[in-house]
Amino acid sequence: MSIAIKETQKMIEEVLDGYPEKTRKARAGHLAANDPSGECSTCKVKSNVKSRPGVMTVRGCAYAGAKGVVWGPVKDQITISHGPVGCGQYSWWARRNYYNGQTGIDTFGTMHITTDFQEKDIVYGGDKGLEAALNEVKELMPLARGIGILSECPVGLIGDDIEAVSKKVENEFGYPIVPVRCEGFRGVSQSLGHHIANDTIRDHVLGKGTMGESTPYDIALIGDYNIGGDAWASRKMLEEMGLRVIAQWTGDASVNELGIAQNAKLNLVHCYRSMNYICRHMEEKYGVPWVEFNFFGPTKIYQSIRKIASHFDDTIKENAEKMIEKYRPAMDAVIEQYRPKLEDKKVMLYVGGLRPRHTIGAYEDLGMEIIASGYEFGHDDDYNRTYPDMKEGAVIMDDATLYELEEFTRRLRPDMVGAGIKEKYSYHKMGVPFRQMHSWDYSGPYHGFDGFPVFARDMDMTVNSPTWNLIRRKR
Amino acid sequence: MKIKDHNELFLEPEYIEQFEKKKEFENPWPAEKVKEVAEWTKTLDYQEKNFARKNIKINPAKACQPLGSIFCSSGFEGSMPFVQGAQGCVAYFRSHLNRHFKEPMAAISTSMTEDAAVFGGLNNMLEGLRNAYTLYNPKMISVCTTCMAEVIGDDLNAYIRQAKDKGIIPDDLPVPFAHTPSFVGSHNTGYDNMMKGILTTITAGKKGEPNGKINIIPGFDTYTGNYREVKRLLKTMDVDFTLLSDVSDVFDSPNTGEYKMYPGGTPIDDAADSINATATIAMQKYSTTKTMNYIRKEWGQEAQALSPIGVKNTDTFFDEISRITGKPVPQEIEDERGRAVDAMVDSHPYVHGKRFALVGDPDHLLGLMSFIMEMGGIPVHIICTNGDKKFKKEADELLGENPFGQEGTVYPGKDMWHMRSLLFTDPVDLLIGNSYAKFLWRDTGTPLVRIGFPLFDRHHLHRYPIIGYQGVLNMVNWIVNTILDEMDRKTINTTSFDVIR
Repeated sequence: MSIAIKETQKMIEEVLDGYPEKTRKARAGHLAANDPSGECSTCKVKSNVKSRPGVMTVRGCAYAGAKGVVWGPVKDQITISHGPVGCGQYSWWARRNYYNGQTGIDTFGTMHITTDFQEKDIVYGGDKGLEAALNEVKELMPLARGIGILSECPVGLIGDDIEAVSKKVENEFGYPIVPVRCEGFRGVSQSLGHHIANDTIRDHVLGKGTMGESTPYDIALIGDYNIGGDAWASRKMLEEMGLRVIAQWTGDASVNELGIAQNAKLNLVHCYRSMNYICRHMEEKYGVPWVEFNFFGPTKIYQSIRKIASHFDDTIKENAEKMIEKYRPAMDAVIEQYRPKLEDKKVMLYVGGLRPRHTIGAYEDLGMEIIASGYEFGHDDDYNRTYPDMKEGAVIMDDATLYELEEFTRRLRPDMVGAGIKEKYSYHKMGVPFRQMHSWDYSGPYHGFDGFPVFARDMDMTVNSPTWNLIRRKR
Repeated sequence: MKIKDHNELFLEPEYIEQFEKKKEFENPWPAEKVKEVAEWTKTLDYQEKNFARKNIKINPAKACQPLGSIFCSSGFEGSMPFVQGAQGCVAYFRSHLNRHFKEPMAAISTSMTEDAAVFGGLNNMLEGLRNAYTLYNPKMISVCTTCMAEVIGDDLNAYIRQAKDKGIIPDDLPVPFAHTPSFVGSHNTGYDNMMKGILTTITAGKKGEPNGKINIIPGFDTYTGNYREVKRLLKTMDVDFTLLSDVSDVFDSPNTGEYKMYPGGTPIDDAADSINATATIAMQKYSTTKTMNYIRKEWGQEAQALSPIGVKNTDTFFDEISRITGKPVPQEIEDERGRAVDAMVDSHPYVHGKRFALVGDPDHLLGLMSFIMEMGGIPVHIICTNGDKKFKKEADELLGENPFGQEGTVYPGKDMWHMRSLLFTDPVDLLIGNSYAKFLWRDTGTPLVRIGFPLFDRHHLHRYPIIGYQGVLNMVNWIVNTILDEMDRKTINTTSFDVIR
């Protein structure tokens, strides 16, 4: 075992000492020193298990995964938060899944639509009200292409049969009414919500869309939620390569696109965590192969473009090379401008989905080093994809608590931290440069050739803002 | 190097072309059909249908109980909000408050899952208390619930008792609690329940000699500027007071390069002594109803709600404080009043006769309506998603007795989609609401003044008071200058584009 690993393990032990014994044991399995070689048996973290009560986990719930992540961005579906008012209120247009359309008329993305449960709904059940609600939104929003019913905690606890209501109404309306059993108490994090949402796409919309002639270059872009326009930046590149993107899941997605992805020749998966399930299904049922890719930062972009092109004929392969050569000077210019200001800066990441590993390359393109990274709701397969990309002895953390993040920061002294809104302002108080890496801090896109310059600019302004130097620290 | 982010990038021709091409796969409605429906949504016919709905809320302006509850808990020194239930709720509450205040917000969840749904949440509560107490060293743990814990019927009182009996937390650690089901009331109800819970617990056995102070309860007030302002004013008046749930330092703490989980708040001992005060004044009525009844009944104190928003309301506030404490209103405050009124007089030509639409919490709306009418403005559409019949009655009376209130209609229980219809069928000059009202601004072109909660898309507004005479000045500033900005936009190509206004 190397010195780097031993030192990190010692530091982790010290942090764990702050916990009560039972929780210490539980948390110990979720924190490790990275071993890229995979030889160290104790360097793998446990994941996708219940958070301990009382530790201040950063995690959300199944509803957040199903409504907030997967279904919410589907623009021409009316997404109903079924239950009390809060869940829909707090997730209202918080993820910036950009879309084109006229909101409230033919698209509904920035709206908060809820059955607003009252006590009577808990006592007598909410099914009757739900059916009436569906009829009311149908009348007021006649151009919707579907309705999703995203269940909140009470719905599952009181035993409502939203499936029966959906089935009945679907026959009357003639478009998909999708009951999604994503009550927040199910599972251990957002992750189960992604899975449940994938399954409902499979059961209610996949294969039911319409599209014209297929071409040999048809692909679907899966697991890109178009945060700050990410999917658009990626789509532009794929089209420039000569591919035809027939479906975009689910950023700026239409119900129809959810219904035709099985016609693709290849599924391209960006966020593996939230959408691998449906890709596996399309592979099994429709024989559509899928490939993971990474459009953060030029190094990973070039690799990914070639990897994607390798699934197609020489025309696409040539296009891919041409495109790389076309954009390389611009990417080099970005690096030339920003790398001197960011070289050797140490970064700590704690995010969700794909970012704890996918953004590593982009930081490294700018000369920055990732000294710690972790997932709110990752599984083993996420971590197995992460270990090789991290340096030996870097900290790997699963479902980190506020206490751990604070302690690691104190000990590792990162030059910047990338995490979420709940972490952001405690880092501001600590005077540690911070960037939200879920929402891009309201910037973006970060994907693709158009995204990397924005990413570089933003990391520079984060690390090098003169405001940090104004903080008068107590000695 | 010119770098284009989303603000400019997607206006580039290559993206416009991409969006057009993408439609091939979207199965879109014909443009004429979309236009036809868009036009229809602006009609009276649509409004009738919109107002007939009973089972769905579209863009409601209210949050749920535990949000108000943890907000209330945060305002006591060393108090850790602790939420029994599913964990996603707490992630949401924290995010919501983070986004409004741009400040950290600590809160604990007991992370209940399926097994707790079957067996109850006792084990989660016990382990949660042990972990939270050990890791985060609170002086008080304030417990409330999510709907999950409420539906399965967790008994907070019994669970907390057990935690103390088992020595998991010290017997003398205050652990107030409130049941806060999200399917009853709103964030205001949760604030009220938690305040009552905290006061009940920490004042138990503390009844003693009168301390000569007055208690101030802010209510669900998300303006840190209001807290600082009321403290300044009462100090100026030389009034001895206890501000119960003082979030000013909690949600507006100085940057010292150090993160403090408990950066301020009402000291627990002071709060415990509130039972011995002369009187209690709440600065909101609809988020303190139960608490105030409790104070009247159990503490035997004079307790009244006085919201100092607008000139007359602020006058009444000071008159009452003066009556209760026997302290005169000092000249310094009288001068502030004079300056605020002077500002209103100066700006009145641009506000007089202007028609307003308002959406927000009950107490905010009552204050705003009163203030707008003092300026000669006309409240027209008043939407209050979490307003009840009592609110409606009070608001109707306020409008009824004022010549500027005759066009006003108060809509309790309605939402911002109702407001959208109203703004099309009966347009107004100005809209006041929270950040989500910007969608109404976009759809209807009604200029928006951001007053309320949450304020996500403009920075620092919550640092400026809307109470007291200073609050009057801030509101005059925001309102008149929004009107003038709009006037400039509208007259940009005419001779009316004046430089002196």
